[in-house]
Amino acid sequence: MSKVYIALQDNDESRYIVEAIEEDNPDVTVIHMPAMIRVENNGRLVVRRESVEEKMGRAWDVQELHLNLITLGGNVEEDDDELSLHWNE
Amino acid sequence: MAAKKLNIKDKYRLLTRDLDWEYSYQDRQAAFPYEEFEGIKITDWSKWEDPFRLTMDAYWKYQAEKEKKLYAIFDAFAQNNGHLNVSDPRYVNAIKLFLSAVTPLEYQAYQGFAHTGRQFGGVGARIACQMQSIDELRHVQTQIHAMSHFNKFFDGFQDFSHMHDRVWYLSVPKSFFNDARAAGPFEFMIAIGFSFEYVLTNLLFVPFMSGAAHNGDMATVTFGFSAQSDEARHMTLGLEIIKFLLEQHEDNVPIVQKWIDKWFWRGARLLSVVSMMMDYMLPNKVMSWKEAWEVYFEEAGGALFKDLARYGIRMPKYADVIEKEKEHLSHQTWWTFYTHGQATGFHTWIPSDEELDWLSEKYPETFDKYYRPRWELAKEMEAKGERFYTKALPQLCTICQVPMLFTDMDNPTQTVYRSSQYEGERYHFCSDGCKDIFDDEPEKYVQSWLPVHQIFQGNCGGPDLTGVLGEFYKMNLGADNLDMKGSPDEQRWNQWKGKA
Repeated sequence: MSKVYIALQDNDESRYIVEAIEEDNPDVTVIHMPAMIRVENNGRLVVRRESVEEKMGRAWDVQELHLNLITLGGNVEEDDDELSLHWNE
Repeated sequence: MAAKKLNIKDKYRLLTRDLDWEYSYQDRQAAFPYEEFEGIKITDWSKWEDPFRLTMDAYWKYQAEKEKKLYAIFDAFAQNNGHLNVSDPRYVNAIKLFLSAVTPLEYQAYQGFAHTGRQFGGVGARIACQMQSIDELRHVQTQIHAMSHFNKFFDGFQDFSHMHDRVWYLSVPKSFFNDARAAGPFEFMIAIGFSFEYVLTNLLFVPFMSGAAHNGDMATVTFGFSAQSDEARHMTLGLEIIKFLLEQHEDNVPIVQKWIDKWFWRGARLLSVVSMMMDYMLPNKVMSWKEAWEVYFEEAGGALFKDLARYGIRMPKYADVIEKEKEHLSHQTWWTFYTHGQATGFHTWIPSDEELDWLSEKYPETFDKYYRPRWELAKEMEAKGERFYTKALPQLCTICQVPMLFTDMDNPTQTVYRSSQYEGERYHFCSDGCKDIFDDEPEKYVQSWLPVHQIFQGNCGGPDLTGVLGEFYKMNLGADNLDMKGSPDEQRWNQWKGKA
């Protein structure tokens, strides 16, 4: 199973997004590098709006992810409630 | 009563698909003249989906936010005299290379997507290309702005756009984009949208930019990551367009495979300069080129090709050669720049003893065996006051325009030379990959503008090298070039740091 990944700028907002990702995807690996955080997982990874909102304590639009996103790998699916990454194998 | 807020899918449909129109009194084929000439068959453009469903209103909103954050950091960097906080003045030479070699590619990408987007009959793809075109223009501007601060304090930044069109090693990136932009719209998308964006930009904008952060250059890391967040959308566009082409018609599969083979090979050659930026030009290192290649090409690219296998797409041709090259690329490339250091727009140097040890550790199979002895010899010569600069002009590959510096990867003491005859002339290549590209379209590549040939023909100032470098390239000789040791850059740095 191939790995999907997402990398975010290492800042205060990303900290909450990464916490939300970890909660919703218990098997993810979080890698800290200078100025960036890379999160990877086998096959699939989801970023859920509700979980991020809970961590941030405010309304959060899934498209706001672009403000802190560096890069990603995998097929993207996005709607109002979540962004997910997956590979078809 | 307040209007109901549209969900993202409905909003996207209303703000994109409804912008298209039927051609009632004009010929649709005449409106999109390039759509068919590559042999690609499109039966239904409405099947093309943008997974991010980004519409113009959201685009402006989030791009404006990103710009605000980015310029706040540029201001802080300038106000804090950020150039004094970089790890070592050697680092700045990677930024000189970035400004002259990479930033003009962003401008080419802007022009390429503006043109290509216009050529697609499908409105979803046209809009995604339009946004990408605007993104690329933003990248040019933010990169020039971020790096302009260094121009006040270091040599070599003064004429980057003039140099991009002329300097021998800058013909490598320039020819890459010229080749893509001289192709049809679908090949351009596979070249830039898919091969370059999906796999190759990650290697430039992720580990190298993380390295910029590690070397105290907050302006560069921030434009790099801000640009790459756009690249995440671009990669998605590239992946969507390839899947779309493969799903539209089975006849598209061999055409797309041929483009993948070509553009991954050209991309791997283009990245040789990034390999040395990672391994040799970052004083504080984050990961080796080999490690970055394994993460972003082998692992990420491997996942991608497994995903595409269901369409009958296989790994790019010569992926096996590319895999071996990760052990050698940075060493062979930096050595070439070091030995041509009198003809480059930046400084070169011998790695420190700690850096040589780091390279031995990261490249246990190859570094001590093939490359350390060269640096030990260079150190001896430098200690005797005989810093080596080659007097010869390199032979260039007709396709990638890289000097013939690459060896057989199974026998790294043997330089690879390949050649083909076309209409009575012989053309030279650095590899089987480049030779294949020529043999497929010789009439295109016989037109290549090769800097060394042009110098010998007297088209680049002259007659001696000083004329070429000073008059034609507009380098400030003795300031922009030669070794880092003893350079004005080093002298100024030592004064700022109280070491002079």
